[in-house]
Amino acid sequence: MASAVFEVHDLAKIYRMGEVEVHALRQVSLTLLEGQFVVLLGPSGSGKSTLLNILGGLDVATSGTVHYRDTELTRAAERELTEFRRRHVGFVFQFYNLIPSLTARENVALVTEIATDPMPPEDALRLVKLEHRMDHFPSQLSGGEQQRVAIARAIAKRPSVLLCDEPTGALDISTGIVVLEALAKANEELGTTTIVITHNAAIASMADRVVRLADGRVVEIEDRDTRLSPRDLSW
Amino acid sequence: MRVPPLTRKLLRDLLEMKGQALAIAMVVAAGVAMAVMYLSNFDSLRRTQQAYYERQRFGDVFASLKRAPLRLREDIAAIPGVTAVETRVVASVTLDVPGMDEPATGHLVSIPEDRRPQVNDVFLRGGRWVEPLRPDEVLASEAFVQAHGFTTGSRVRAVLNGRLRELTIVGIALSPEHVYNIPPGELVPDDRRYGVFWMGERALAAAFDMEGGFNDVSLLLAPTASTGEVMARIDGLLEPYGGLGAIPRALQISHWTLENELAQLQSFGFIVPMIFLMVAAFVLNVALARALALQRPQIAALKALGYGNGAIAWHYLQWAMLIALAGVAIGIAGGWWLGSALIGLYNQYFHFPILLYRMSGGVLVGVTVLTVLSAVLGAASAVRRAVRIPPAEAMRPEPPAVYRRSLIETPLLAPHFGTTGRMVLRNITRQPLRAGASVLGISMAVAVLMVGFVFIDAMDALITTQFSVAERQDVTVAFVEPRSASSRHALSRLPGVLAVEPIRTVPVRLRAGHRHRTLALTGAQPGARLRRIVDMDGRTIAVPASGLLLSSRLGQVLDVAPGDDVTVEVLEGARPVRLVRVSALVDDTFGLSAYMDLDALHDLMREGDVLSGAALLVDAADTALPGRLKETPAVAGATFKATVLRSFRETMAANLNLTMFLNVIFAGVIAFGVVYNAARVSLSERSRELASLRVLGFTRAEISLILLGELALLTLASLPVGAVVGYAFAAAIVGSLDSEVYRFPLVVGRQSVAWAWLAIMGAALASGLIVRRQLDGLDLVAVLKVRE
Ligand SMILES: Nc1ncnc2c1ncn2[C@@H]1O[C@H](COP(=O)(O)OP(=O)(O)OP(=O)(O)O)[C@@H](O)[C@H]1O
Ligand SMILES: [Mg+2]
Repeated sequence: MASAVFEVHDLAKIYRMGEVEVHALRQVSLTLLEGQFVVLLGPSGSGKSTLLNILGGLDVATSGTVHYRDTELTRAAERELTEFRRRHVGFVFQFYNLIPSLTARENVALVTEIATDPMPPEDALRLVKLEHRMDHFPSQLSGGEQQRVAIARAIAKRPSVLLCDEPTGALDISTGIVVLEALAKANEELGTTTIVITHNAAIASMADRVVRLADGRVVEIEDRDTRLSPRDLSW
Repeated sequence: MRVPPLTRKLLRDLLEMKGQALAIAMVVAAGVAMAVMYLSNFDSLRRTQQAYYERQRFGDVFASLKRAPLRLREDIAAIPGVTAVETRVVASVTLDVPGMDEPATGHLVSIPEDRRPQVNDVFLRGGRWVEPLRPDEVLASEAFVQAHGFTTGSRVRAVLNGRLRELTIVGIALSPEHVYNIPPGELVPDDRRYGVFWMGERALAAAFDMEGGFNDVSLLLAPTASTGEVMARIDGLLEPYGGLGAIPRALQISHWTLENELAQLQSFGFIVPMIFLMVAAFVLNVALARALALQRPQIAALKALGYGNGAIAWHYLQWAMLIALAGVAIGIAGGWWLGSALIGLYNQYFHFPILLYRMSGGVLVGVTVLTVLSAVLGAASAVRRAVRIPPAEAMRPEPPAVYRRSLIETPLLAPHFGTTGRMVLRNITRQPLRAGASVLGISMAVAVLMVGFVFIDAMDALITTQFSVAERQDVTVAFVEPRSASSRHALSRLPGVLAVEPIRTVPVRLRAGHRHRTLALTGAQPGARLRRIVDMDGRTIAVPASGLLLSSRLGQVLDVAPGDDVTVEVLEGARPVRLVRVSALVDDTFGLSAYMDLDALHDLMREGDVLSGAALLVDAADTALPGRLKETPAVAGATFKATVLRSFRETMAANLNLTMFLNVIFAGVIAFGVVYNAARVSLSERSRELASLRVLGFTRAEISLILLGELALLTLASLPVGAVVGYAFAAAIVGSLDSEVYRFPLVVGRQSVAWAWLAIMGAALASGLIVRRQLDGLDLVAVLKVRE
């Protein structure tokens, strides 16, 4: 039996804007295991990004606990969260968030510079089939290519968890498949625990576990035995 | 070579904003150039001065007296702490220089024929030392020789103690006592009309019936000796021999002037550059804050990828430091160049055997550290804000800016603004702090410029007060010795003389408690028409019937107020000592002065209508007067207003022209830097909005109006603020120039303000036009495509 990577207990997140309170997450409890490929589903505004951000140490919870292995993230200080991100987490953002003044290779190097056991930036870019675009600037890449650079950047440091917020949101089907294949490959070959937010229910077919959120609550957790490869997904 | 990706990002980001970076760097460079220029000159002068003083054994204490026997020298040497004594005979004479109408003044100083003086040794530039058996040989000061194109072998005629003699210049010399060579009683040097001559001791003593005696002494002291104690002992020894009071080196006129100039250089080297660095820091802050706002998603990504706050802060601080360092590099190069030009000016002013321009490492390091520090301070708040963003929050783009109706848009006025006007107003009122900061930045430029112009105003006011209100005579005559009233009539019979007003000045030491000053007490006539007492604002002041009228500066120095008593120790004739009440103080332009009613002064001296000189009003058409004065033995010197005024203006002009030129350039740089930067920041903030307007069909002219209208408003608002700040700067700087010799009146003419404003509007217009061109090149598709 694989060990737990994330253990979430009674997690809540409240945004206060003057008088108004927005309950982005309410009493979320959840366990995610080593090496799993997890898909987060749910309508817009259901709290998916909020949960992912808290898991990745980008945001802090209002109440409840989150454990990453033996570390309690909900108690960690800013400096420890930075250290946690630096050592264990790879991020893939919905809007890519590449540094526009750096080439693809340099954007990846940005991470390999500060990681302990990274793969060479070129290898990471090869994993996402971008070896021929290494010296292009983000402005010279298409959206899908930029997203793949972002994935290469995330996996280059061999993170133990990979967090992706709508990685295919802005992409067409075939590009989306290439991106998902890159994620699946990292998950299989490196054993990276991967959490993917998506609006596309079809992607759930390639997951080990599917978590559905609605209105800040976990409404369903489905564990699956058979994973489809991205090519076989029915969009 | 492997360059870390963050460093690449840094360099490329800087390249992207190169216009702005350069504008900021130029403001930094202006400040650095000023600092380097002033401080390197300070350093060069200071080193030269010290080396020169040391080599020539410049005296520590000086004293003049009427006449003492040479044996007194032993007693002086025996004073504890005195390491060397040199007694001398000095005299002022009227010179008849070939090719000059008006008489020149010669200052004769004796030197031993057979050795070098132990104190105040002269530096022999050319020629040779005087020969013992040739009494008409002299060494002449280099400045005088050069001003007249003389060489060794040239001759000048001088009236020595009533006898006309022809002196032969055998050597050309310089002395640490005359680094700054100013004719007695005047304000600026005039090398044509004033020369120093060194003559063999026996020859000079013989000419003035001073054999076996001396009338001047200078000393060197051991480093541990107390100057005050030695001076007191000297005063005691010289008292019976007509001592005029010992003065320390600090008050020796050449040294004192040099020190003043050095102090000014040093404070200018700090104050002015600090203003520039402040402005640069502020511009940097605005620019960086905007750049960081644009980079929010990048900052977030970096944080998410595991870069710590420290790394991110350091990354952005490096932006600021690189810009500052570029400014330092440009500034040092410029300051070096300007500094070597400025030393040329000092070479005209101050007479050193050699004054070389020297750049010290200390200045360079100090300026660099200070600049980088101020850049970091400027960047700090912007960086801190960026670093503080929680990473998750920074993941979202900057929320749309919150706009409001501006306060000016009252229902009454609103319809008149139009859409464009409204956008301009709202944008300014949306960020009042930043608009205020921009206004302050441009104001600084106005202020810097105004300070320059104010000096011209001050100079004009000084000239007007001094030469048309206070000293209205055309010629001032000084006698060798005080003379009886009949000489007044002798003067009035000279050709061209229209009116004669007697001058009576008495050398005195004023004492109040332990404070004292030696100066000339002037007798003033209540109804005087030529020489009058004038205050800072140009008003004439009546001399009180009894008691003393002191300049307020002297009042401060002695720490006395009206009603207090002061001991007046007369240093001539029977040397009476009297207690006299201070009747009033006058706030005047010339440092230390003391006046007394003329009759009261005669009473105090127990004398009749004696005069020590006279003020003359003359007919300019009559040209015979200068020649006649030259030949009159009783006349020690005659000063012609026209000549004094000319040399005064020339000296000031040479100095001011360079300063003015630099001021205009540097203020222009500031104005340009601030306006350009403000424009670039608004352009970057609003390119999307402006591009959208273009898509909607607005013309280029219309959208430029929105942006440039904002700049124009900011510039206009800066003008009055700048005038106020400029006034404050001018007041501070004028105040810091206050000295015991003169004070500057603070006069701000309307023209100064107008010129400053015009120059700033010019600079603003130039930067506006550049931004306008960039606006024309706005790439609509690119701007609209990027997510913001
Ligand atoms: N900074 C914030 N301040 C206030 N409310 C916020 C903030 N961030 C998120 N919210 C609110 O919290 C709720 C959850 O937001 P979250 O971004 O997690 O949704 P999501 O599931 O990722 O939606 P989407 O699929 O549209 O990305 C939403 O109602 C959102 O409005
Ligand atoms: Mg989301």
